[in-house]
Amino acid sequence: MTAVAIGRAADGVRRRNAVLLVVLLAALLAAPWLVNDYLLTVMIVILYSAFTGQAWNIMMGFAGQLSLGHALYAGLGAYVSAVLFTKFGIDPWLGFLVSVPVAALSGAIIGFLAFRFGVSGVYFAILTIAFAEFARIGFDHLSLVNAAAGLFLPVAQYGHNDLLRLRGDPTMFYYVILAATVVAFALCRFLIGSRIGYYWLAIREDEQAARSAGIDTFRCKMYAVTISAAITSFAGVFYAFFYNNLFPEQVFGIGRSIEMILGPVIGGVGTLFGPILGSFLLTGLAETLDSALAAAGLDVPGAKEVFYGVCLLIVIVALPDGVWPPLARRLGLDKDKR
Amino acid sequence: MTFDVYLNVAVAGILTGLVYGLMALGLSVIFGVVRVINFAHGEMMSIAMFLAVVLFSAFHLDPLIMLLPIAAVMFVFGYVLQAGLINPFMTRPEHSQFLLLVAVGIIIVNVLLIVFGPDARTVQTSYAYDSFQLGPVLVDASKAYAGVAAIVFAAGLFAFFRFSLVGKAIRACADNYTGALVVGLNVNRLYALSFALGTACVGAAGSMMTLIVDVTPNLGPTYTLLAFVIVITGGLGSMAGALLGGVLIGLTEALAGLLFTPSAKSMFAFAILVLVLLFRPQGLFSKRAT
Amino acid sequence: MTRIRINRRQLLAGSAVGAATLAAPALVRAQNGPLKVGVLLPRSGFEAAIGQDCQRGVDIAPPIFKSLGLPELTIMNGDTASNVDVAREHAEKLISDGAQLLVGAFDSGQTTAIAQVAEQKGIPLVINIAGAPAITEQGYKFVFRNFPTAITITADGFANQKEIFSIVGVEPKTAVFMRVNDTYGTAMSKGVAALMPKFNMPYKILEEISYDPAARDLSVEVAKAKATNAEVLLVVGRLNDALLMTRELIKQRWTPEAILSMGPGWYEDQYFKTLGKMSDGPISFVPWFDPNKKLAQTLEAAFVKAYPGSNMNTNQVFTFEALLVAADAYKRAGSTDPKALVDAIRKTDITDNVSVGPGIAFNAKGQNDKVKDSAIQNRGGKAVTIAPKEAANAKPEWPMKPYQNRA
Repeated sequence: MTAVAIGRAADGVRRRNAVLLVVLLAALLAAPWLVNDYLLTVMIVILYSAFTGQAWNIMMGFAGQLSLGHALYAGLGAYVSAVLFTKFGIDPWLGFLVSVPVAALSGAIIGFLAFRFGVSGVYFAILTIAFAEFARIGFDHLSLVNAAAGLFLPVAQYGHNDLLRLRGDPTMFYYVILAATVVAFALCRFLIGSRIGYYWLAIREDEQAARSAGIDTFRCKMYAVTISAAITSFAGVFYAFFYNNLFPEQVFGIGRSIEMILGPVIGGVGTLFGPILGSFLLTGLAETLDSALAAAGLDVPGAKEVFYGVCLLIVIVALPDGVWPPLARRLGLDKDKR
Repeated sequence: MTFDVYLNVAVAGILTGLVYGLMALGLSVIFGVVRVINFAHGEMMSIAMFLAVVLFSAFHLDPLIMLLPIAAVMFVFGYVLQAGLINPFMTRPEHSQFLLLVAVGIIIVNVLLIVFGPDARTVQTSYAYDSFQLGPVLVDASKAYAGVAAIVFAAGLFAFFRFSLVGKAIRACADNYTGALVVGLNVNRLYALSFALGTACVGAAGSMMTLIVDVTPNLGPTYTLLAFVIVITGGLGSMAGALLGGVLIGLTEALAGLLFTPSAKSMFAFAILVLVLLFRPQGLFSKRAT
Repeated sequence: MTRIRINRRQLLAGSAVGAATLAAPALVRAQNGPLKVGVLLPRSGFEAAIGQDCQRGVDIAPPIFKSLGLPELTIMNGDTASNVDVAREHAEKLISDGAQLLVGAFDSGQTTAIAQVAEQKGIPLVINIAGAPAITEQGYKFVFRNFPTAITITADGFANQKEIFSIVGVEPKTAVFMRVNDTYGTAMSKGVAALMPKFNMPYKILEEISYDPAARDLSVEVAKAKATNAEVLLVVGRLNDALLMTRELIKQRWTPEAILSMGPGWYEDQYFKTLGKMSDGPISFVPWFDPNKKLAQTLEAAFVKAYPGSNMNTNQVFTFEALLVAADAYKRAGSTDPKALVDAIRKTDITDNVSVGPGIAFNAKGQNDKVKDSAIQNRGGKAVTIAPKEAANAKPEWPMKPYQNRA
């Protein structure tokens, strides 16, 4: 192929990607008029998981650091903003400005310890779990946040939507999380195309080689964990004001961290569309199973989870890179295929 | 508080720790030797526990006697699981392995829920409520039996890995994958074999655990995490390490529970884990550097 | 998207009620078919055991309602999977599938999530069990709770304890307080601290020992409690730790004068089945059924028939009563319109009920503040009521028979 042809092919990929994005965004923007409230709640769950998946992906997909304790950052975001709101009457958006540095700092501390002492791979993953568990038990005893009794946010009547105080109906929350997901997507796209993004990929592929090439791998990894933690904290703020109650067990538990990584791993680690696609597939699967089992008259607690686990297993076995990369190749949306 | 209380608590902590160690032995093989991030460890153990409970309630067979048959059943289960499902994942990235076993765990928990229902099941042995009086110390009989079984089992495993040819071959595989291939070892079979061996340990441990805790389908996840804490603290692939790691965690939690508030005692176990990860990643009781 | 889950039993009951409707048209005149009730319970996940136990209260209800001349309910079952997010999602789903009233959900966190959906959709929610006071302090108009809050449970618990002390003529001077560190345990701990002085309790709490809800072993906790040499053991826990704790008490050879439990666990069926003779003695201070009430006897008979060898408990009683509130309101409203239903629920005045107290009625906040707790003691493999006087069917046994002499 000539250089011109390659350039044209790349343009084509870019154009198709842009078309996909525009169609997807238009569909998402129109969703509240198209679906009922139940499906809208499902959409909120999907976007929430897409958002956290996007944030987690920065660490694992871009920089190759496996975090299994991401619930920590969401939990901190949730508790900081909720405490500021309930005890000091500070609005969630201002609270968010406090949550970000708190989460980022805790990410930085964990990163600093791990990367200074050379903790990597599974060991790093276990370390992140340990810190999340630490937070769970700690918050279970922290009377400022009502300990294990749970922190309840006052629920105002839904007279009107108050975006400033994050009080309103599901449609408002839907647009908030949609906007957040769009921002996270744009940020990831920017990061992956920037200098730091290339450094991250180099570290992910071969850290030693990256270091010998003169990359300050410590600093780069620190950026990854800090940025990822900061973004994840917004998910916590959203969670706190959407569900209006926080329990350390529900917020920091390892189940939460696992939920966060399911989407991106199924969708495709390290890809931009992967976390979004993965969240759609998984949540869609769960809800479909629910309806299908009900239609079949099978009302056995646990049956849905078994089917869910089997589907998860099949996808992991059959598609090692996740669903998005092969799909993108098929649709001609992959830059590598020229 | 008197000295007697400390002594009693310390003894209880050590015994509980030995049981933890027994539970972690299987993971020490699976994670330490085969290098599979077995996030369905506790779930696998709950299968063995349900087996033991069913055998006890149907035929009144003591879990101590059923330890070996259950281990054998779990051996087969482990072999099939590894050869059929996990083997292609040996070379896949960690997160992929992790999620595979998370999926296996979800399936196990919920199949158990469907089959056995949500209620706690138990084994009511004749010695379930016994304790020995040794001077000022009261020793829990069930835990003492389980502790002794743990030591015997660990010694057997240690001997297997140290002296038998297969055991040596497995260690060779773990130490140097390419080297093992070069000298003509059937690496895939050895992996399946050692995974099965690990699962057999889980089976034995599960059988013993029914003497001490009631089994429910949701029991697995908490034990999975605990097993990882112990294995990393003790040192990967070291049988003595797993037991000693268990004892250290058990003793720490017991004393922390006595001196501070018991609901926060797991924090101390995690603190030890963090310190070990940072300062002695090869584990406290392992000489081999990772 | 219309789909209704009905199991076979309900279907049969349904047709039976259908026949009854023809026979007694005056009762259900002007109603548009059965009321669709969405029941949300944690039937899988870590609360699966208790969620499924509550479900039994739903399953035995239809024939009893028929005999009471109450209108038919179509039950739509939902599973919260012991998870707040799923609870909210499934509340939305049930409503979009046509549920006209919700019942649930045992757990305070899940119930809060469901309450918001109910309130926002204007669909009434009748809470079966959930103790967190915050739920009825939000100014909700569509949320009703026929279950005491943690504060009421504590207050009634202390009152019943004093009644027992005066019956047996013993005033214990010291207690050790063991409690689980979860939502309920923490709320109760606060309640105990706040109300002890008000009730002028004879005993002093020597130490409060909190433990992990996922505890695998309570040997240290019990050793610590035993070392205080307290006369009575005050506990707030769950089934799992009630079992662990009892075994440790036996092995550590410590029988306190009394075990006073202010929560679940110690009276549950599994506790009796697992421990046999060793289950006798503990006294629980809980919302319970009044064994002298007619409906309680009817419900218990139906329960024992459906689940031979099991004992009815709080879980079925309050889940059944939540449905009772729904059916009664539907009968009076004569319409499935949510506004009419809510108005009818607010005017609820059921005196022929199951639980202890004057009956079911809701205050301005939607809380039944008349429901009273009982003191029940484990005796020969089941629980007998020993206080308050009006609901008692046995005298308290004090002190507990030592575990060592029960061979």
